[in-house]
Amino acid sequence: MYDNPNLERKVAQAESKISARNVQVFYGDTHAIKDVNVEIEARTVTAFIGPSGCGKSTFLRCLNRMNDTIDICRVEGDIELDGENIYDKRVDPVQLRAKVGMVFQKPNPFPKSIYDNIAYGPRIHGLAKNKADLDDIVEKALRRGAIWNEVKDRLHAPGTGLSGGQQQRLCIARAVATEPEVLLMDEPCSALDPIATSQVEELIDELRDQYSVVIVTHSMQQAARVSQKTAFFHLGNLVEYGDTDQIFTNPHDPRTEAYITGRIG
Amino acid sequence: MTDATNNTPKAKTSLLTVSPRVKKRNAQEARFKAYGIAAVATGLVFLVILLSTILYNGVGAFQQTFITVPIYLDEAKLDKNGNRDIEEIKKVSTFGYTPLIQDAIFAAIEEKAPGSEITSAKDTKALISASAAAQIRDVVIANPDMIGKSVEFRILAASRVDGYLKGRVTRDSIARDKNIDAKHLDVVDTLRSKGIVKREFNMAFITGADASESRPEQAGIGVSMLGSLFMMLVVLVLSLPIGVAASIYLEEFAPQNKWTDLIEVNISNLAAVPSIVFGILGLAVFIQFAGLPQSAPLVGGLVLTLMTLPTIIISTRASLKSVPPSIRDAALGLGASKMQSVFHHVLPLAMPGILTGTIIGLAQALGETAPLLLIGMVGYIASNYPSGPISGFMDPNSAMPAQIYEWAKRADPAYYERAWGGIIILLVFLITMNIIAIILRRRFERRW
Ligand SMILES: Nc1ncnc2c1ncn2[C@@H]1O[C@H](COP(=O)(O)OP(=O)(O)OP(=O)(O)O)[C@@H](O)[C@H]1O
Ligand SMILES: [Mg+2]
Repeated sequence: MYDNPNLERKVAQAESKISARNVQVFYGDTHAIKDVNVEIEARTVTAFIGPSGCGKSTFLRCLNRMNDTIDICRVEGDIELDGENIYDKRVDPVQLRAKVGMVFQKPNPFPKSIYDNIAYGPRIHGLAKNKADLDDIVEKALRRGAIWNEVKDRLHAPGTGLSGGQQQRLCIARAVATEPEVLLMDEPCSALDPIATSQVEELIDELRDQYSVVIVTHSMQQAARVSQKTAFFHLGNLVEYGDTDQIFTNPHDPRTEAYITGRIG
Repeated sequence: MTDATNNTPKAKTSLLTVSPRVKKRNAQEARFKAYGIAAVATGLVFLVILLSTILYNGVGAFQQTFITVPIYLDEAKLDKNGNRDIEEIKKVSTFGYTPLIQDAIFAAIEEKAPGSEITSAKDTKALISASAAAQIRDVVIANPDMIGKSVEFRILAASRVDGYLKGRVTRDSIARDKNIDAKHLDVVDTLRSKGIVKREFNMAFITGADASESRPEQAGIGVSMLGSLFMMLVVLVLSLPIGVAASIYLEEFAPQNKWTDLIEVNISNLAAVPSIVFGILGLAVFIQFAGLPQSAPLVGGLVLTLMTLPTIIISTRASLKSVPPSIRDAALGLGASKMQSVFHHVLPLAMPGILTGTIIGLAQALGETAPLLLIGMVGYIASNYPSGPISGFMDPNSAMPAQIYEWAKRADPAYYERAWGGIIILLVFLITMNIIAIILRRRFERRW
């Protein structure tokens, strides 16, 4: 197991939202995540970077227990959200996922109306007392998703009829509508053009004042633009974790340097 | 040895001339297309032959020969005391009515076909269906005030007369037939030209009950149609929820392990089990062990449910599988429970596929004959209408295909025609069901 001296420095951080300790993930016999320790801070954008197959998505999916849906996946170690172990037997993943929302790589709106897409989460969690309340929540979420102006006249058109970028912002709005405390985003911009990407990035920046955002990205520039903290994964190890500025300007680990300068990956 | 061609640069080829290789490839493709078209054409030819044979042989069953005559309902015979007491009228059996009908026909013959060789009222027996007396008795019992009057009735002609009008019975073929003589056919010719004997559309074939071997003109498929209907209700009510629940569990909830693999393999195997096996299983389990009544559509429905379940499970699982996993992820990621994600998102998207599979399963069950014969739902049982929904499920009945099989077995060629007619009705049902399935599929096709 690779021991990283840099980690020690970063553990003692001010306001930690999620803290992962000695996390191991296995897919059957494949050891996909190897002894990862990380503190994700509140009201911060944290970027996960690393070459393909290094376990970024896997680790991200541990944070809201989406890995539970994969039969062969096994998670060891502790992951705490606000000091509570989310892998405790008493924790219902459904409750956890209401607090830790997720946006996926490929836009995946429900084949329902735009309105119903957004309203679904608040409905199942009972966030709206009445129809007017729900309308309010939907409008607010769509505004936060920076898509309100484009869809306000066709709330009852199918969400699947939007363009790829609009669909992704719809999915972000949908995730925001359930008022999570943490928002996990797995390469949310990989299907988007530069304009939609910059809209989503602006959006992420705005979300930071309320939520912890964790974003997986393959774009160094994006990580540099939107995040305050960056974690570099390599072959299942968390190689380096620190302030984004530091990682990009003064990486401590030679592998990090090699990766961000484009020599591995 | 130097090969001249090796050193020469590649000859410049024109795109406008087809090279031999390409020519060969094109010829292969053309041949393959020709085989394909030939195969499709062969299939179509057989289909056309099949359908036209069925129609040619079967349409006759939808028409029947009727004799329309006024019948004098003699008070002296039907209500001796003249008090119209319904109980007394009911005491007069069909034998009391037969002479009245024969008199009426004879009178018509004397009037419209004078000089015929039929010299007595009794001699008209060969012209009339044995069911006519019962038909008139029923009408009289329902309307006792008709007694004493002359009322016009449309009664069924005998099967031989019907066959003569349809060309099935000829003067040659009756040479050794004790039921009818040439003189009867002469009279039929005359009465037909006078409009008294007529071929008309026969609703009773579609709505009626099966009749005895000697009265093909009276037999209808209606009662066994009800039998099929009640069976299909049982199949639908049982196999749809059970099948869908099983598929959802296996597809969405069950862990992937040896046991679920085993179950999966066995469900596929079950779909390939010959239907007669289900029949004997039904006989042993539902009738002999559970003591359910023999020949009851309920039992038929249970047996067909066993047969239909694998079809429904397989098609339901296929349509659940075809729902993209990203939809499930989206719902779970929002904090929906597994159950919510399945029922709110996956199931609605899989619904058209499930319904299509169900309808196709039902259509298969509707056409199934062998297992029904084993549990006693044979054709001749379908001679009484069920008196209500419960009796519809519990009383002995048959089903359309078993009825058709029964008719095809009977000796009288008049029944042969009815078997074909029954097949037309069965096909109409099956085609309708398949069209509904296609429409459903088209209407709800992939919306993501
Ligand atoms: N469902 C799965 N079953 C088995 N192995 C898996 C599964 N998902 C991921 N893995 C394995 O786990 C390792 C990490 O995969 P992961 O998807 O987390 O990588 P990633 O960093 O997100 O890559 P990318 O940047 O390409 O998305 C890989 O070796 C992959 O093969
Ligand atoms: Mg990934």
